[in-house]
Amino acid sequence: MNWENYTSLPEIFQNQRIFDGCGISGFLNIDGKRESGKKVRDMLCILHDRENGLGAGYAGYGIYPDYKDYYAFHFLFDDEKSKENVLSHLEKMGYIILSEAIPTKIVPNLDNPPIIWRVFYEPKKLKNTSDDEQIISLVMNINANFDGAFVMSSGKNMGVFKGNGWSHEIADYYKIEDYKAYMWLAHSRFPTNTPGWWGGAHPFNLLGTSVVHNGEITSYGTNKRYLESFGYKCTLFTDTEVIAYLFDLLVRRHKLPISIASLALAPPLFNDIERMSSDFKITLKNIRATYRSAMLNGPFSIVVGQNSPKPTMIGLSDRKKLRPLVAAISNDENCIYLSSEEASFQRLMLNEEFKNEFKEIWHPKSGTAIIARLGDGLIRKGLEKPLEKIKLSIVGG
Amino acid sequence: MSLEHNIPSYFRVKIDTKYCKKCKRCVSHCSYGALSFNNEKIVSDDSKCVACNRCAAMCPGKAIRIVKDESCLPPHGNYTRRIRNIIWAQSGSGGVLLSATGNDRPIRNIFDDLLLDACQVTNPSIDPLRESIETKIFFGRKPQRLDFETDSLDPEKISLKTEFLPNFEIDMPLMVGHMSLGSISYNACMAIYQAVNELNILAGSGEGGLHPDFYEYGKNIITEVASGRFGVDIKYLQNTAGLEIKIGQGAKPGHGGHLPGEKVNSLISQTRMIPKGSDALSPYPHHDIYSIEDLAQLIAALKEATRYKVPIGVKIAAVHNSAPIAVGIVRGGADFISIDGFRGGTGAAPRIIRDHAGIPIELAIASVDQRLRQEGLRDQVTIVAGGSIRYSADLIKAIALGADVGMVGMPVLIALGCRVCQQCFRGLCSWGIATQKPYLVKRLDIDVARNRLINLFHSWNEELKEILGAMGIDSVESLRSNRDRLRYIGPNPKIADILNVKHAGEI
Repeated sequence: MNWENYTSLPEIFQNQRIFDGCGISGFLNIDGKRESGKKVRDMLCILHDRENGLGAGYAGYGIYPDYKDYYAFHFLFDDEKSKENVLSHLEKMGYIILSEAIPTKIVPNLDNPPIIWRVFYEPKKLKNTSDDEQIISLVMNINANFDGAFVMSSGKNMGVFKGNGWSHEIADYYKIEDYKAYMWLAHSRFPTNTPGWWGGAHPFNLLGTSVVHNGEITSYGTNKRYLESFGYKCTLFTDTEVIAYLFDLLVRRHKLPISIASLALAPPLFNDIERMSSDFKITLKNIRATYRSAMLNGPFSIVVGQNSPKPTMIGLSDRKKLRPLVAAISNDENCIYLSSEEASFQRLMLNEEFKNEFKEIWHPKSGTAIIARLGDGLIRKGLEKPLEKIKLSIVGG
Repeated sequence: MSLEHNIPSYFRVKIDTKYCKKCKRCVSHCSYGALSFNNEKIVSDDSKCVACNRCAAMCPGKAIRIVKDESCLPPHGNYTRRIRNIIWAQSGSGGVLLSATGNDRPIRNIFDDLLLDACQVTNPSIDPLRESIETKIFFGRKPQRLDFETDSLDPEKISLKTEFLPNFEIDMPLMVGHMSLGSISYNACMAIYQAVNELNILAGSGEGGLHPDFYEYGKNIITEVASGRFGVDIKYLQNTAGLEIKIGQGAKPGHGGHLPGEKVNSLISQTRMIPKGSDALSPYPHHDIYSIEDLAQLIAALKEATRYKVPIGVKIAAVHNSAPIAVGIVRGGADFISIDGFRGGTGAAPRIIRDHAGIPIELAIASVDQRLRQEGLRDQVTIVAGGSIRYSADLIKAIALGADVGMVGMPVLIALGCRVCQQCFRGLCSWGIATQKPYLVKRLDIDVARNRLINLFHSWNEELKEILGAMGIDSVESLRSNRDRLRYIGPNPKIADILNVKHAGEI
């Protein structure tokens, strides 16, 4: 592991875009059964060739059932002073329910260890600003303006654990096995041009949305400028940040159903749209016209976790499928798995502890979302035609 | 000999007597009266030659060459030949000098100082011949968001509740700029309209109305309402893809149109709805628009007249305050804005304003796009940008800076045969383009011209796809405002700042 650059990039790399290749994995238990992080660790660490020891991370949903009504902040701090600054700012803006260190494996002989901290939090009730909006502006403010502090995650009943090292090192360091979650996302990095920094590792999170991402968005400039016009500040210079904000904009702020939002991010080709029925055509053309700047171009595959309105896991690849994404469903149809490679599933089959058996392993189609929802099961398999299975109607227009 | 005739000519007509058949074809083709036959040989009055090259092109013996006059003026770095010629011409005529086409001063072109990005290793480039790359775009106003409602009992039951705004699809992010019937000939107009119709892109009507023959191409024509209101009636307003209120033109910001009475023959008179032979001088401002709120009223009136079925836009010249003006226009209800840079073309404009007013389109796109974003309005409107988009590279860079659609004029005329002699305001165009004289107009074959335009834009679109593919982008929408994919290589870092583009070599 690299014991430096916790909350910001080294100076020589600042204001530069970060490129990386990656391994991604995740799973969701439909019935809400919580499982330790051991399984997702196994899924991720087997994808060894997809990382080079410069960053990895995990996100667990359902890890804080005792505090599920409070926003859970996971922080990285460079030193005590930055911690005090942030905590006193939080006290001003709301109520700290619990403030404590996140347990980590003790690493001997470290002269500048990061402070890994969590806070359960409730913002003050404001008339014109929702709690979510308040938390978002807090996060943006801390990440942009508080030296030596970085918010890793800020959603309810979930948390992100990430750092600069190999995926197994990060899992050990944060004692991932001690957490139980119904949904896990995991990510390992192969950055091409920076030594990496802790905050810059994935998953990238805002409120309940976490994104793990493999690829390089060629439309980054377009997406970034689009988000800026809605008040987002893209300070991390990564594609993943942009994807997370796009999800936040489309799903939380514009309230698009996830199946529709995925069509905005990876829309069908005009040639295909032309061959569809009239209502589908009108809908898809309006999605393309309205959200033309939200469209993600270039190679990517992503797994997104969301915790509201219902916990959901989404997998999506670019419309030419230039990055891999494989899905699997367990024999009892209770667990949906996503990964960069099938090796993750095979690893679980071989592991004496899990001895997983899969009912089916399949490759979602390019640009087609796979959606699994807590309690509801596999909503979309990623093999459907756009808008297939959706009972669509157009009102007015 | 008067002093006037001592103005040295720029060109010489060289006729090789060895090859000259004395067929006098060149004499009949020279519309500027520079050539004549003295019963012995062809002789030239070089002072009248504009280097349009028509004679050279038409000579069956290939005997004619137009060359630069070699006679030398005493050199002076400040009082260049150009300046001296202006002074001589003005002291002879006593008037405001007219000019045509776009600014001809050798001001550094910013497009030329921009370099494009391409994919290597970490993301694959796309071969447009093997994979789909989309260049279709929507023209008009978009809602800020779509309103979908999910049924509370059945999450798969979704209804779309947004009211759709008038938009139309074009197959390339390209528009032929506004050139009126009057500034260019019937045949040139017809060729342009047929070509854009075939390609499903757009052409502007200019401010001269729409001849009845052109109505059938209305779905690809944006008609213009200018300060003179020439040719505006309800049929004109409703028979169109979009309506544009013309406030300004890049070649002459702050000026109206100038169509001399000699050009107003019965065809023009019918189209513009003005008496034959009368000067068609559109007022400098719209006399019902003295402020932004007046503009908003006209936009509303036009929307009302067209039953909210077509997008209504506003064209402005790129001037220092374009960005806040553009914001006002969008807030005033415009569905699209056209911005015309200082190099934009004209059929006739005072030389002083063509050469000295306005700002480069590259900077105007950047600042308008940026300001509209700051106000959260950018994605709702279409930005059309023109003013010297010369070839596909300029188009690509204009889009990457923030334009939705590139507007082109000169390349169209050059494709039709124009040699850029810059005499359009005289109405004597020997190529049948910028003239209304029937014997000249018929020189332009509509079918040939139409096919050349289709070829030209087809090749631009292919080049656009090639560049998109190299950048790993499969839809032109993802290039728009993607300034990350541009780098600046020019001498002035301030320009890179304004464009919000990094310098080449920066990561």
